[in-house]
Amino acid sequence: MDLLNRELAPISNVAWSQIDGEARRVLELHLAGRKLVNFSGPHGWRFGAVNTGRVIPIKPTPIAHVSHSIRDVRPLVELRTPFDLSIRELDCADRGALDLELQSVITAAERLARAEDTSIFHGFEAGGITGIVAASPHLPIDVGSNLEWPRAVSAAAEKLRLSGINGPYALALGGVAYDELTADGDDGYPIRKRIEDTIIGGRVTWAPALQEGATLISMRGGDYELTVGQDASVGYTTHDREKVELFLTESFTFRVLEPKAGILLRRVNQSGT
Amino acid sequence: MCLMTVELNHESSTLLSEATQNQHRAIVSLKEELDAVDWYQQRADACTDDGLRAILLHNMNEEIEHAMMILEWLRRNNSAFASNVERYLNSSGPITLVEQAMTGKSGATSDSNVPSSLGVGSLKVSK
Repeated sequence: MDLLNRELAPISNVAWSQIDGEARRVLELHLAGRKLVNFSGPHGWRFGAVNTGRVIPIKPTPIAHVSHSIRDVRPLVELRTPFDLSIRELDCADRGALDLELQSVITAAERLARAEDTSIFHGFEAGGITGIVAASPHLPIDVGSNLEWPRAVSAAAEKLRLSGINGPYALALGGVAYDELTADGDDGYPIRKRIEDTIIGGRVTWAPALQEGATLISMRGGDYELTVGQDASVGYTTHDREKVELFLTESFTFRVLEPKAGILLRRVNQSGT
Repeated sequence: MCLMTVELNHESSTLLSEATQNQHRAIVSLKEELDAVDWYQQRADACTDDGLRAILLHNMNEEIEHAMMILEWLRRNNSAFASNVERYLNSSGPITLVEQAMTGKSGATSDSNVPSSLGVGSLKVSK
């Protein structure tokens, strides 16, 4: 028995396998940060904080001539999002059904992925997380139209290089930007392909948590670190005669080790707003 | 080293994530260290010189240390290793009954194959 309480659920191993498989598939599709940053873990539930190696002085001190400091750590954030499944539907797995109705699993996995990636890109102040965008000292680069993407990405890469941040680089794209980059350029050559091949030397990644913008980051390694305690897991909460309530959970924190390694590209309309 | 790990891959390395490739390297290294432990122990048993036997046993213990370092890396990077290390290492009583003691179920019928996490891990793919 552990915090997930899976043994208490009225769910067979066959059905668990389909639930887990669907959750994993959606998470691997939607999680963008894990495709771009260093990963540490999983360290399990007992892992509570990341050591930063720093101390914070405390003043005034209760005893004269004795300095007091407290260790600076980054506590892990626990995410948990619930979802319901029909017990009658899950029972069909044992009869051989391979197409269980698992929409609630998909929705929950999308929520979990969005929460993790939002923290990575935009931060989560209450959780002690500064995101890539907020940490960046670079002024955002504006993109006025879909045809401006290659120029803007090239300018962003140049800015990183001038800051001493070498490549290869990766471009994380929000939904709008991703759609625009799949279109052809004036010469019929796909914009995305041109950017991948000639400008950044790295990959373009769909990152829905970025919404309309995009972020260019270095993939040289060591600039960003995602630390995971308990990796994404499905657990059991309760059930009645018709439904079983489950949850998706994980614990993590994210640290920016080199703020200069990323830059925001901001999609604006032609008037510059 | 690099050539060997490539040769032992069951799938094309272009299809493997960076995490899977690193885990493969770790598993190959662990197998090599454990082989070395076995060989040193056998040589020490067969050896007729006390001085040489002492060296062989010293070397064997070094290999055990190396194996445990690799095992710890696997624990940190694979949640299934982590949950099973937590379950079995430093346990007491009959090892085959550890799972039953922790879950209230017998090993034969429990969810021992159900992972404690989905095993998503790192999705970073090496270029």
